[in-house]
Amino acid sequence: MSMTQQAEPAVDTPPAPGPKQTDGRTRQRPLALRLLARPEVGVFLGAVAVLVFFLFAAPPVRDGSSMANILYQSSTIGIMALPVALLMIGGEFDLSAGVAVVTSALTAAMLSYQLTLNVWVGVIVALLVSLAIGAFNGWLLVKTGLPSFLVTLGTFLILQGVNLAVTKLITGNVATDDISDMDGFSQAQKLFASTFEVGGVNVKITVVWWLVFAALATWVLLRTKYGNWIFAVGGNKHSARAVGVPVTFTKISLFMLVGFGAWFVGMHQLFSFNTVQSGEGVGQELIYIAAAVIGGCLLTGGYGSAIGTVFGAFMFGMVQQGIVYAGWNPDWFKAFLGVMLLGAVLINLWVQRTATRR
Amino acid sequence: MDRSSHPRSRRLAPVVAVAAAAALTLAGCSSSSGGKKSEEGAANASAGKATTPRMTVALVTHQAPGDTFWDTVRKGAEAAAAKDNIKLVYSADPNAGNQANLVQNAIDQKVDGIAVTLAKPDALKGVIGKAEKSGIPVVGLNSGLSDWKNLNLLEFFGQDESVAGEAFGKKLNEVGAKKVLCVMQEQGNVGLTQRCDGVAKTFDGKVDPQNVNGTDMPSVKSTITAKLKQDPSIDYVVTLGAPFALTAVQSVSDAGSKAKVATFDLNKDLIKAIKAGDIQFAVDQQPYLQGYLAVDGLWLYKNNGNYSGGGEQPVLTGPAFVDKSNVDKIGEFAAKGTR
Repeated sequence: MSMTQQAEPAVDTPPAPGPKQTDGRTRQRPLALRLLARPEVGVFLGAVAVLVFFLFAAPPVRDGSSMANILYQSSTIGIMALPVALLMIGGEFDLSAGVAVVTSALTAAMLSYQLTLNVWVGVIVALLVSLAIGAFNGWLLVKTGLPSFLVTLGTFLILQGVNLAVTKLITGNVATDDISDMDGFSQAQKLFASTFEVGGVNVKITVVWWLVFAALATWVLLRTKYGNWIFAVGGNKHSARAVGVPVTFTKISLFMLVGFGAWFVGMHQLFSFNTVQSGEGVGQELIYIAAAVIGGCLLTGGYGSAIGTVFGAFMFGMVQQGIVYAGWNPDWFKAFLGVMLLGAVLINLWVQRTATRR
Repeated sequence: MDRSSHPRSRRLAPVVAVAAAAALTLAGCSSSSGGKKSEEGAANASAGKATTPRMTVALVTHQAPGDTFWDTVRKGAEAAAAKDNIKLVYSADPNAGNQANLVQNAIDQKVDGIAVTLAKPDALKGVIGKAEKSGIPVVGLNSGLSDWKNLNLLEFFGQDESVAGEAFGKKLNEVGAKKVLCVMQEQGNVGLTQRCDGVAKTFDGKVDPQNVNGTDMPSVKSTITAKLKQDPSIDYVVTLGAPFALTAVQSVSDAGSKAKVATFDLNKDLIKAIKAGDIQFAVDQQPYLQGYLAVDGLWLYKNNGNYSGGGEQPVLTGPAFVDKSNVDKIGEFAAKGTR
């Protein structure tokens, strides 16, 4: 109420003489600049630059099946990078995302094999376990108020140890047993790890899932109340709570979304490789975060997009495979990757600065 | 107390009901093929147990967590320990400095013998000297073929990676390979580099090394696919670890390539793939034997003063080739995770 009272005198004072809105603060900026200010545009240009570069530098990239391979690599990063990006927009990040993928796959594989169950049972239980890990991360974060770096660093280390120790305890080995001859395997494989043909090119189903999830995430972010909540809790938790956003629910559910992503990618790995090595996944969490950041998400939260993350993951996959297609010296592989990524981030930054400058 | 327990049990009731229902559902969902039930309960080889006094041996390796290879080494060591009435203390760290600390830790525990891998011999020089000064016998295994004598180790059990690579190269000549892709799952690992270099030394065709990210299987798969696309003349893919060979088989089919796959090291899924003809051959350095002999060697030294190899020559555990001709025999043991 006090706000309207304060605002009233302002209405009473006549507007300043002369043409309206000459101070430029509310003037419509040119369309091109407005477009450039979107979080995904910088990374889009970066991705195009990288694509064009490799189209010239590496002739095999021009082939359709090579593009399918690059998209496959991008999709395995991208499916996980999407929920990680939503979480970052919501102001947190998850270091346990990489090993959580392996935890999920191990759960499904060991449960099905050891109890000789239909693999779908393992798949469902793995989903519950993954969601529970996400919920635990979120709950701990909200309850303790500790930064997500510490909370998820803890779960990262716990899961890494649990993955190894439990696998060894149950199977006696450090990898799970082959489940490819069990009931339900081929069905589940169709869902998580099949291949279909488009114009003579074999495309992996993960590419489709990746784009479907991206569309879904974009819709949620831009068109739903929940999307607004994500931006709000990432921008400022306290003001979000003050205007009635359920901060606790939003944060915990975002962590559970990461759990869902980990489950999906974990199932893909299980059903495309039949077994899971318990030591895998370490280091992947940083790649997911990198894809989200390249995609225009801010490490501080409150800003970013799902589409940008798609381009971010694509850029990662493109650079990673492009270097191989170009046949460059493999010893330099990681260095090339780093240089190209830094370059991409700089382009991104430059575009955004230019776009938002008056 | 009574009052508080009532609402709790009422709240618990549906949980219990759901759990019971889930258990019932699970029971109805059993798989009719594969799984644990179909796995043969192969009994472990049981031998007599030594009556010598109890001793403690530390096995310190440079294992990265979750590597199937090292798991087999450890199983061999455990089998020997069980037979020889030895308490085995296993520890591992891929970081050389940390591994040296683990050896120091074993010295502090006053163990009766130390078995150590020498992936980075220089980093371990100091601490091995300390062990010898405190009168603890030290044996080497797996890596460090060229350094174990300088460090005054008792004996050494392992495979010369270069020799294994060279044998691999000769085998590739035999099968008529022209151009080989050598897939390295860990960039900068000395042993892996020696394997590729060894292959290149004896192989008549060209060897292309390729680094892949060993902790991310989908990435390994698409990287090999990409390389096969980039260079269609590759007719053999050589991987340096068993899990990567199985992935390479998928890459070959994804790339529509006619390349064949062969690998260093074994595991039980690999045996199946060799039987099925998806993988041509594997060269085995017998990790079980390395772990077993290292622990057993310390026992022999303590109780009978024996030196394997007379303290002059290493005991070579590989290379042993596994292909269609002998896969059935070895497959029995690999199924138990001991080959």
